[in-house]
Amino acid sequence: MPQTAVAGSDTGMTLKELARRHGLSAAGKLPSLPEYTRQLWAYRYFIASYANAKVSSSLGKTRLGVFWQVLTPLINAAVYYVIFGVILNTKSGVDNFVAYLCTGVFIFGFTQSTVSAGIQAISGNLGLIRALHFPRASLPLAITVVEIRNTLASLAVLIVIVLGFGEPITLEWLLILPIFLVQSVFNAGLALAGARLGSKIPDVRNLIPFIMRMWLYFSAVLYPVTRFTDHLSGWKLHVVEANPMLVFIDLMRHALMEDVPLAASPTVMWLEAIAWTAVVGLGGYVYFWRGEKGYGRG
Amino acid sequence: MADNMTGGDRREPTVIVDDAHVVYRIQQSATPGTGSPLASFKRLVTGTKPATMREVHAIKGVSFIAYKGEAVGLIGTNGSGKSTLLRAIAGLLPVERGAIYAAGQPSLLGVSAALMNDLPGERNVVLGCLAMGMTPAEVKAKTKDIIDFSGINERGDFSSLPMRTYSSGMGARLRFAIAAAKQHDVLLIDEALATGDAKFRRRSEQRVRDLRAQAGTVFLVSHSEQSIRDTCERAIWLESGLIRADGATDDVLKEYEAYVKR
Repeated sequence: MPQTAVAGSDTGMTLKELARRHGLSAAGKLPSLPEYTRQLWAYRYFIASYANAKVSSSLGKTRLGVFWQVLTPLINAAVYYVIFGVILNTKSGVDNFVAYLCTGVFIFGFTQSTVSAGIQAISGNLGLIRALHFPRASLPLAITVVEIRNTLASLAVLIVIVLGFGEPITLEWLLILPIFLVQSVFNAGLALAGARLGSKIPDVRNLIPFIMRMWLYFSAVLYPVTRFTDHLSGWKLHVVEANPMLVFIDLMRHALMEDVPLAASPTVMWLEAIAWTAVVGLGGYVYFWRGEKGYGRG
Repeated sequence: MADNMTGGDRREPTVIVDDAHVVYRIQQSATPGTGSPLASFKRLVTGTKPATMREVHAIKGVSFIAYKGEAVGLIGTNGSGKSTLLRAIAGLLPVERGAIYAAGQPSLLGVSAALMNDLPGERNVVLGCLAMGMTPAEVKAKTKDIIDFSGINERGDFSSLPMRTYSSGMGARLRFAIAAAKQHDVLLIDEALATGDAKFRRRSEQRVRDLRAQAGTVFLVSHSEQSIRDTCERAIWLESGLIRADGATDDVLKEYEAYVKR
């Protein structure tokens, strides 16, 4: 036994020694990152089944049920079509503006809904967290899976719209899948970071709508990217064009459509997309993991 | 308490609570005078703690050792810190001072454990089992047992109905059945046995005995002295966050009864 006698806490030392001798671990100790990842992998079935449960419980009470997964993006596209395609008849220098607009709206919508659901991944499931032990990252990841499922339906609708507005199917369409994958990892990172932030500072939830709207306007969803090049220059332009959402949306537009104005060359944008995803995906995961033992407390 | 410590050499401890303190910090909704925007702004600028933050010292230095195969009953009047102590052992509440050591991961089973109310009982069983870390194959094998044990299908096919349609007793029985399906090193039960009818209570008490026989430790919080007497041979009496008595169930209950009747 090490001689670390502390005055006045004789019994305390005995208990601590006893705990160590019998291999008991202190409650609430943070597992190492590889260990945590291994635990999370063991819980993959839970993540999948939780995501399924989430979808069926949110759609279960509606009359149309699963049909809403397709209906929501359809209505969304219809609204934008009526306003920008029919009433305003915007062209703004883009040949196929409706397809251009819908791609932006759907790709941005993927990240937007993941973030707003991710913020509440912990704070909205305190009952489950306080009752059962599982790696907490399962919850934001399950929410990301839910949004991926919803977006797959949106993508199908988007493809129909893009084809309907006269875009040909080209080899570049094969890029849809990798773009979607990269964006999904990016979104998972955002959901993880948002979940911890939302559980620590509940006030963040009130700010999210404004942050997301700001991001929407900076991502050239409703107008072509050339607006930025026309009005900005130097470092300001670089900052605006480094926006990951702008990069994802432009890449998807490049994959789906012919002759679209882009912010930069596709190669540069691919590098940007991968860099952003690595930073946000990994950063979000590590940030969430560091708070693992604090969730559901207080 | 002294004999518990010396006894540690013979028996294997599963939970060691070492002078644990638990403090709740509660963010209250605004009380008059502190809730105005101006007041919050002033707090932000001056960096003072919000006046709406209150501290409740719920556990004030508790020490004990629980051993393998033991069932420990926690008793005490309302608000004495029983449930708080369980949640601290489960690692769901941080200790302010002191430490709590446990073998494996203690599982807390409480009546408030929320599953997904919009989903049928069956799917909740699957979800609950997966959340406890079972593999899909294990879950498949156990689903029927769990539903049979909970007895929710005794009056028709309730397992395929959403959980929000269940009576509170049925919900509690299903939750207990799910948690008891897994072998826990340390199982913490908060009032769960008190909600079922007499028949279910007998069955669940049998299950608690089985869990103990499989070399686990069970903690039970209950206001029903009968269920403590029936399942636990050791009882700890908590009062205002401190241990008033710790020993054989009969002795402690006798003292406690005298205190309550006073």
